[in-house]
Amino acid sequence: MKKIEAIIRPERVEQVRRALEELRYPGLTLTEVKGHGKQRGVRQQWRGKEFVAELLPKVKLEIATADEDAPMIVRAIVSAARTGEEGDGKVFVLPVDDAVRVRTGEGGDDAI
Amino acid sequence: MAGQVSAGDTAFVLAGAGLVMFMTPGLAMFYGGMVRQKNVLATLMQSFCIVGMVSVLWALVGYSLAFGPDCGHFIGSLAWAGLHGVGQAPNKDYAATIPHLAFMIFQCMFAVITPALITGAFAERMRFRGFVVFTVLWSVLVYAPIAHWVWGAGGWIRNLGALDFAGGTVVHISSGTAALAAALIIGRRRGYGDAVFASHNLPLTVLGAGILWFGWFGFNAASALAANGLACNAFVVTNLAASAAAMSWAAAEWVRHGKPTTLGAASGAVAGLVAITPASGFVAPLPALLIGALAGLVCYGAVQLKWRAGYDDALDVVGIHGAGGILGALATGVFASRLINPAGANGLVFGNPHLIATQAIAVGATVGYSFVVTVVLLKAVDVVMGLRVPEHQEETGLDMSQHSEAAYGF
Repeated sequence: MKKIEAIIRPERVEQVRRALEELRYPGLTLTEVKGHGKQRGVRQQWRGKEFVAELLPKVKLEIATADEDAPMIVRAIVSAARTGEEGDGKVFVLPVDDAVRVRTGEGGDDAI
Repeated sequence: MAGQVSAGDTAFVLAGAGLVMFMTPGLAMFYGGMVRQKNVLATLMQSFCIVGMVSVLWALVGYSLAFGPDCGHFIGSLAWAGLHGVGQAPNKDYAATIPHLAFMIFQCMFAVITPALITGAFAERMRFRGFVVFTVLWSVLVYAPIAHWVWGAGGWIRNLGALDFAGGTVVHISSGTAALAAALIIGRRRGYGDAVFASHNLPLTVLGAGILWFGWFGFNAASALAANGLACNAFVVTNLAASAAAMSWAAAEWVRHGKPTTLGAASGAVAGLVAITPASGFVAPLPALLIGALAGLVCYGAVQLKWRAGYDDALDVVGIHGAGGILGALATGVFASRLINPAGANGLVFGNPHLIATQAIAVGATVGYSFVVTVVLLKAVDVVMGLRVPEHQEETGLDMSQHSEAAYGF
């Protein structure tokens, strides 16, 4: 089992969700986060004074997948979330020891 | 005496009092949206509490001191303390066609909003207890005397012939000056200069600015104390000045930074409203447009000077109310016309160079008195109970440290 953590632009969430639905992987958890990679902050203005806001709003998606499905999901997310500009984000793949479905108590791959 | 009371005038002045009252919660939101989230409730609380505190104070002593029987052209007596003698019959000295109570309650709302304006200067670092004591003292020792000088029967500035239709000196210059004193005495916020403290809720600020604009129709037009042509003039020029100033401030940003901002447009509108306040019952529409356009530019410039000067007037009370009020008072000296208001005077443009000198005297006296007394009051409060919160409370935020509250549910 793998967990995919994808940090993407907030405005790309809908595209990514549609792509995941098509792959029959609609389940996800979304957190609103802030951060930056190499992307510079954005310039803002407050009553004539300019400043740079360095922590930018992003969205983190967490998706659990079977081992063999992870590469496909990652490709779909990357493709749907990409704009080509700096700040598009990153996707990480992490190992998962186990998962349990709360409603039924099922474990393992059946729980995803 | 019933025959002398005009229903139309009374209705209008009472509605005006309601509009001006609404400006204080509006101001609360204008300021509240501009501060950081951890301080929003404390900011709102200051304005909201002022409505309560000053309303009570006004009835007990404030109104009498400001408008009561004259003592030495400096202050009113306490003959009207507790609103004794202030009833349903008109008072001929102030407004012959409305009950005295209507005039009093209208003026009450001006007394309320003036100290609320000052809170913008010491936002995000003032101790609540110190704020309460300072505000009570300021209302009695600064607002009431200045109101008496400019508007009170027997007041020396009124006797000089200075013109202030709705409170350019009494409200804006007095509070703008006090704000400068407060910013200097209380000191800069921690971290000021390293970063700009970004506003946490500009939509709230814009809502507040809209409420201020709306309420200002009461502030200026109802200062005619009658539902008449003069009130209409004030209403119209108020709208024109606000509009011109919103656009000129935004234009200044557009030129200097490449983009106009919402905060700039909202701030500009307020600057225009401030500047037209003393002039609204004396100038015609076209001069009002010019006054507004200038106010947007002058106040924008005053804010830029603040960044250079280095004092921390957190929400630009000095730049908008101080500079805007002074501009408006002097512009009244230039553009006032007897054709608009026979009870006023002519200004420079209409062949009378003396009015602008009188206006300058009124400005100077207000600035001098407000600054000195405010400094004394702040120092006194600081010695007795401390003005500023300790460093760690400023870090955590005033909402938690002063009120044990969280604004948005965490």
